[in-house]
Amino acid sequence: MKRVLLTAFVAGASAIIAAQGLDPASIARPLGESWPTYSGDYTGRRYSSLTQINQTNVKHMTLAWMRRLANGPGPAGPRPAGAPEIIISGEGDGSVTVAGPTQIKGSILAVGGVLYVTTPDNTWALDANDGHEIWHYFWKTKGGTHIGNRGVGMSGNYLFFVTPDDYIVSLDARTGKERWHREFSPFSQQYFSTMAPIVIGNHVLVGTSNDLDAPGWLESFDPETGKTQWKWYVTPQNEGDPGLETWKNLDASRHGGGHPWVPGSYDPETRLYVFGTGNPTPAYTSQTRGDGDNLFTCALVAINVDTGKMAWYYQTSPHDTHDWDSAQTPILVDTMVEGQRRKLVLTASRNGFYFTVDRMTGQHVVTSKFSETANWATGLNESGQPVRNPAKDYHVGGALVSGANQGATNWPPPAYSPDTGLFYLPASDTYAMYYLTELDPRGAMGLGGKDERNVGTVGSYLMAIDPKTGKIAWKHKYRTVADGRGQGLLTTAGKLLFGGDPDGNFAAYDPANGNPLWHAAIGQVSNAPETYMVDGRQYVLVAAGDTLFAFTVNP
Amino acid sequence: MNQRRLLSTCAIGCLLLTLRVLAAQGPPGQGGFVAYPQRSVSDPAAVERGKAMFSVNCGFCHGPDARGGDSGGPNLMRSDVVLLDDKGERIGPVVLGGRADKGMPPFMLTAAQIGDIAAFLHSLPVSSRTGERQVDIVVGNADAGRGLFQAKCASCHSATGDLQRVAGRYADPKILQQTWLLPGTGGTRGGGQPRPAPPIGAIVTTANGQKVEGTLNRIDDYMVSVKLADGTYRTFRTDGPNAPKVELRDPLKGHRDLLQAYSDADIHNITAFLVTLK
Repeated sequence: MKRVLLTAFVAGASAIIAAQGLDPASIARPLGESWPTYSGDYTGRRYSSLTQINQTNVKHMTLAWMRRLANGPGPAGPRPAGAPEIIISGEGDGSVTVAGPTQIKGSILAVGGVLYVTTPDNTWALDANDGHEIWHYFWKTKGGTHIGNRGVGMSGNYLFFVTPDDYIVSLDARTGKERWHREFSPFSQQYFSTMAPIVIGNHVLVGTSNDLDAPGWLESFDPETGKTQWKWYVTPQNEGDPGLETWKNLDASRHGGGHPWVPGSYDPETRLYVFGTGNPTPAYTSQTRGDGDNLFTCALVAINVDTGKMAWYYQTSPHDTHDWDSAQTPILVDTMVEGQRRKLVLTASRNGFYFTVDRMTGQHVVTSKFSETANWATGLNESGQPVRNPAKDYHVGGALVSGANQGATNWPPPAYSPDTGLFYLPASDTYAMYYLTELDPRGAMGLGGKDERNVGTVGSYLMAIDPKTGKIAWKHKYRTVADGRGQGLLTTAGKLLFGGDPDGNFAAYDPANGNPLWHAAIGQVSNAPETYMVDGRQYVLVAAGDTLFAFTVNP
Repeated sequence: MNQRRLLSTCAIGCLLLTLRVLAAQGPPGQGGFVAYPQRSVSDPAAVERGKAMFSVNCGFCHGPDARGGDSGGPNLMRSDVVLLDDKGERIGPVVLGGRADKGMPPFMLTAAQIGDIAAFLHSLPVSSRTGERQVDIVVGNADAGRGLFQAKCASCHSATGDLQRVAGRYADPKILQQTWLLPGTGGTRGGGQPRPAPPIGAIVTTANGQKVEGTLNRIDDYMVSVKLADGTYRTFRTDGPNAPKVELRDPLKGHRDLLQAYSDADIHNITAFLVTLK
């Protein structure tokens, strides 16, 4: 408590902005005034202890500030007096222009009165009081997939983030000046990078992304030097590696994908980093992968952060054939199940199934189907894993499959409230026709070999699941007739659940039943909302495209 | 709609449109995407020489297109040796040394020949999304489809009425199939425009009994907006104490409900029948 007061005092006293360093040990504390890592804290719950904004006063919540950000090096010519500095770096020659709109699609760290925001190739420091820009770092790219950046990691006064052309970059948080950068996955193999680095003690963890047939891995870096501490490959890379028997041969497993492109969670007690792995490749025409489960793709995996060795795994989609990765951020929860105190990990998978697993052992506890329409599995096996129906992979004449490629849920993070004991997620029931277009028995590479045609969304939901039973506790069906889904979620001790809906509203709901309590039509929300406190005032922060909105309740 | 789906869709799933734009420094991709640069061909003659060398020395195992062959040679288009190679410096040692453990003998080629083979391999486009091929999707039984049509569709549609010559209106059977499954959808992401869905009818009855009828403009958890016959709009709050009653009439409800009832064979058979309506 003393420390919290002191932090509040320091933040309040500093009318001038001075970034406060972050002690990585503080990330393990319950989420409060700051937001020091991707999920707020290591549990992945996105549950804040702040209560200044609560169910009683949320109807008075109002806009405190908004700030529009622009990608790129800024206009040519001298900067106007007083304009924040733009630091330009990068390995590109400046000829590749990313002309699309600025889209904030990741987490924003809030530390010491400063917000750290990213888009692909761009990082900003903003004043948490009013969104004023402090500095802007721009990376000249070599190219690659610019689909999104999920944020920075922080340790002390150092920031870490990844670029689409595969560099991990470290900045000085106070100035935006670069400390070092290094390529960690080969651009010429069409790797790209999106993940928010996760800082755990003396480790900075990053996972790969790639749509070609290339192996995925999780890598730990030294925060001081950027040197590799260890690398864990998702799929077997050498003869004798565990899991090789689940692949046709070593060539298949060495090109088997499984990219862990979304941040995981961390259990300080066991020193296990628990995360989800991506889909196997080739994603659709899977014959070159053999008939096996293709370990350790589409699985929950626990890695010891000091050794880089796997402690356990639980595969949520054996032999996936729809590009439905299981990379979604899992949530770590301690709760009573049938009279026993259990340490659990919860995840709702893109494939439409929900899982509760023991996080000490990887032992299966509960599986349930949260997408009513999911039709690709014939049932569950004795380990609680869905059993794929190969007839629903694809067909020359088209196979009608639920879900469509975006799955029943996706990377937008779920949340968990210890007050209700419920797991919250954005979900939708969708259909697509999957046509096989590659008739060559060798199949296709990457995402090729099929033509997926959308048939539409039959229901879009904000949903609450009881992790002890897997049963849906409540389901708020959006009234929309559009083809969309809600965004990531935040829940608070103020008995509130926040999220963007499919129709351009940012809303607060009652976590007990999903009833809307407040909303503002700010445009399509593009990240998961967060909350922080600065100078004694709580803010709820959310992005819609290129604009940040901070809401508060005026005293 | 595409943009909305892109927002909620993961990195692995939504770049169909950009991979067509594979140019070294070409136009930027749509929606913020930048494609991977393909290697530029600086010496077409070397590529031709390399192709010939590859076909006689390597194609037997690796396939003439380098995507893997019947004799067990791996797909070189995804090989890290090839992808990380520049001018034969990584390919060369494998060619000259062979891979005895995998049954690949050494090939005594000159540095220039290896350079040509490398030029050929690097001239092949590398993409995680191979282009759509023209595959005949009509695989069903038209007679079975006629029976299904009578049973499932004939309450609203007629083969001699509204669907007369429907196959003539949709030259591509895939578009026809997607359109009858659910009008308004079925375009590829970033691809062609699907046939628009018919409007949803909306009747809003206010707390004081006033009835407003039109077509649905939009609806969310808090508002409904109705387009009236005269082209004007009226929007009503639906979350207040005096919320109006909202009734929607979706002409595609039957199509939506049937999605959960069809087998894939049903779909193929109905399409096989509809393509006969020329």
